[in-house]
Amino acid sequence: MSGAAAPATTPGSAPPRAGRVPARTRGGTAHIYGWLLLLPAAVLLGAFTHFPAVATFVESFYSTAKGGRPARAVGLDNYRTMLEDPIFWKSLENNALYALGTIPASIALALLMALWVNGKIRGRGLLRLAYFTPTVLPMIAVANIWLFFYTPDYGLVDQITKLFGAGAHNWLGTRGTALVCLMFVTIWKEAGFFMIFYLAALQQIPPVLAEAAAIEGSGRWYFFRRVTFPLLMPTTLFVLVNAIINAFRMVDHVVVMTRGGPDNATMLLLFYIYEVAFKFWDTAYGATLTMVLLLILAGLALGQFLYFDRRVHYR
Amino acid sequence: MNLSLKRMLGLAMIAGGLSAGAAQAQTTLQFYFPVAVGGPITKIVDGMVADFEKAHPAIKVKSIYAGSYSDTLTKVLTAIKGGDVPQVSVILSTDMYTLIDEDAIVPIESLLKTDDDKKWLAGFYPGFMENSRTGGKTWGVPFQRSTIVMYWNKDAFKEAGLDPEKPPQTWAELVSMGQKLTKRDDKGNVTQWGIQIPSSGFPYWLFQALTTQNDVRLMNEAGTKTNYDDPKVVEALQFWVDLSRKLKIHPPGIVDWGTTPKDFFERKVAIMWTTTGNLTNVRANAKFPFGVAMMPANKRRGSPTGGGNFYVFKKSTPEQQAASLVFMKWMTSPEQAAKWGIATGYVAVSPAAFETEAMKAYVKDFPPAAVARDQLQYAWAELSTHENQRVTKALNDGLQAALTGAKTPAAAMKDAQAEAERILKPYR
Repeated sequence: MSGAAAPATTPGSAPPRAGRVPARTRGGTAHIYGWLLLLPAAVLLGAFTHFPAVATFVESFYSTAKGGRPARAVGLDNYRTMLEDPIFWKSLENNALYALGTIPASIALALLMALWVNGKIRGRGLLRLAYFTPTVLPMIAVANIWLFFYTPDYGLVDQITKLFGAGAHNWLGTRGTALVCLMFVTIWKEAGFFMIFYLAALQQIPPVLAEAAAIEGSGRWYFFRRVTFPLLMPTTLFVLVNAIINAFRMVDHVVVMTRGGPDNATMLLLFYIYEVAFKFWDTAYGATLTMVLLLILAGLALGQFLYFDRRVHYR
Repeated sequence: MNLSLKRMLGLAMIAGGLSAGAAQAQTTLQFYFPVAVGGPITKIVDGMVADFEKAHPAIKVKSIYAGSYSDTLTKVLTAIKGGDVPQVSVILSTDMYTLIDEDAIVPIESLLKTDDDKKWLAGFYPGFMENSRTGGKTWGVPFQRSTIVMYWNKDAFKEAGLDPEKPPQTWAELVSMGQKLTKRDDKGNVTQWGIQIPSSGFPYWLFQALTTQNDVRLMNEAGTKTNYDDPKVVEALQFWVDLSRKLKIHPPGIVDWGTTPKDFFERKVAIMWTTTGNLTNVRANAKFPFGVAMMPANKRRGSPTGGGNFYVFKKSTPEQQAASLVFMKWMTSPEQAAKWGIATGYVAVSPAAFETEAMKAYVKDFPPAAVARDQLQYAWAELSTHENQRVTKALNDGLQAALTGAKTPAAAMKDAQAEAERILKPYR
């Protein structure tokens, strides 16, 4: 055996080398193929995501160029200004409240709706469609509809509360209610979207589990708590990541409904960035604020994946 | 044969050269314009531009609707940074300092060639020129200019036992009439407010009516200093706050600018303050007899001017700048200004426009059209400084804080002034 194999492994003998060379070439071209396939995505990501992020980071250490005056390096000045900027802190606080107010509520509502339309009820298709409609509508259109709902006196909300004897209320024009009103729009808009994911996940759960649980005599709540909900955890994580990103990313309705007012009561971080960069034309300070937003989002995403990933049950 | 062929070729070349010359002689202008009031404004503007092109075949104008005033400024400034700049645009008169600081525009004097040109620039109402000049130069040409006026519902006045032809002339009358005009149901809920002064978006402009009536200017002429914490300013704000919080004849909280005309049409409010630019809109939609009057006086009568000016941008060829002048002269000529004013409600920008037959007939048929013009003599420049958006936001935030009860008027104005000082210091 070894004698027979020996000639084949002798250095310099032709056949094995001939066999090895194509293998190496194949490996080489596969490498190139791989990179070529990645190239379009990599170029797009690099040009429109990573390069701008780095450029923004660099710009945050410069002053804003104005007319004849070019930008000059100012070190940490922009960051110092930011720490002393009460509107920045207000927008952070608002954003935190906004996230806390919208994320758990929209996820809970999504789950509830998904459980309901997953059951065998009449008109299920229509109901699913109805729940999903808010997601399909463009945010600007939605915001304009809600603007009418909130109009004092003859808006829909006031017309309903009037039936119960309440007077006109200026929902968007009062500091205490404006942000809450925006939260409602967001929950209404997001819940249907998240429902779709839950619905898909629910349909993946094998019915035998329910049958087995029924035989064991477990109640519906117990079954949900011990079987359904844990099996939905990957979806919940996905939805949570999306919800948090959206809480910092959606400001269309702020533009339409309140423009950050009254007195910054609905000022969210991203809207403030827009104002600073494209209304005040202080692009350097806008870049500084953007860095904060990037950090927050990166931190949240990282934390979620590192922490929750270990606790989520994947099948 | 050979010779004639050559000659023919030569002729063809000359002809070709000529037609190329003719094509070059047509100058193309990009013209951005905003829309800030109701009505078919884009159609009116496009119609005027088409008429202009008919009268001046050598100039082609691409009119581009650019959104609200702030959208238009954003688009123009972005275009300047990106390179594809319009040659002429209508932008708020108050953005003059911003455009100068961005080194974006040319002074209008640099375009003037003939005596006729100079006469044209001198022909506008001086009230409108206050916001168009700084440092001895003119930077903007008045076009869609307005002031605030008071609209009142004559039916509501009658129902309240007031003379429907006599709107309030003073702040005191505004309060006493407002109290009669505010109606409550048996539960105490208000069904009709006496007076409404919108406070969303740009409350500073409406507020400036109150400060002007209280005889105090909000900024200096160089646009480098504000007087937000002047006692008279605080007094004016106290009056506005009192209307809703103490007297309860004005809706509470922040009142939306956009829905204010609708509130008026729906009889939710008997008197509203809004731009004269809404005149045609109100005339078309109010289902009751209404009146238009100058706003009431306190120490004096007054309103800020408002609205947009033409600006000519630096990044354009000399031919384009010359064509821009021709375009602006045509758009602000008495006939066109009259036509524009009649179609929209904006104040025609020159006394000559009010002397045209069309305008005379219109004013005779619809006297409210002249109210804004008559109020012009009391009008002051709209709040405008360097870093305008930011300095204005400081005031807006303060006003909204006071109107929603978060701060006292004095505290709100003190904070606003401190913020404005911080922003404006580098410009002195």
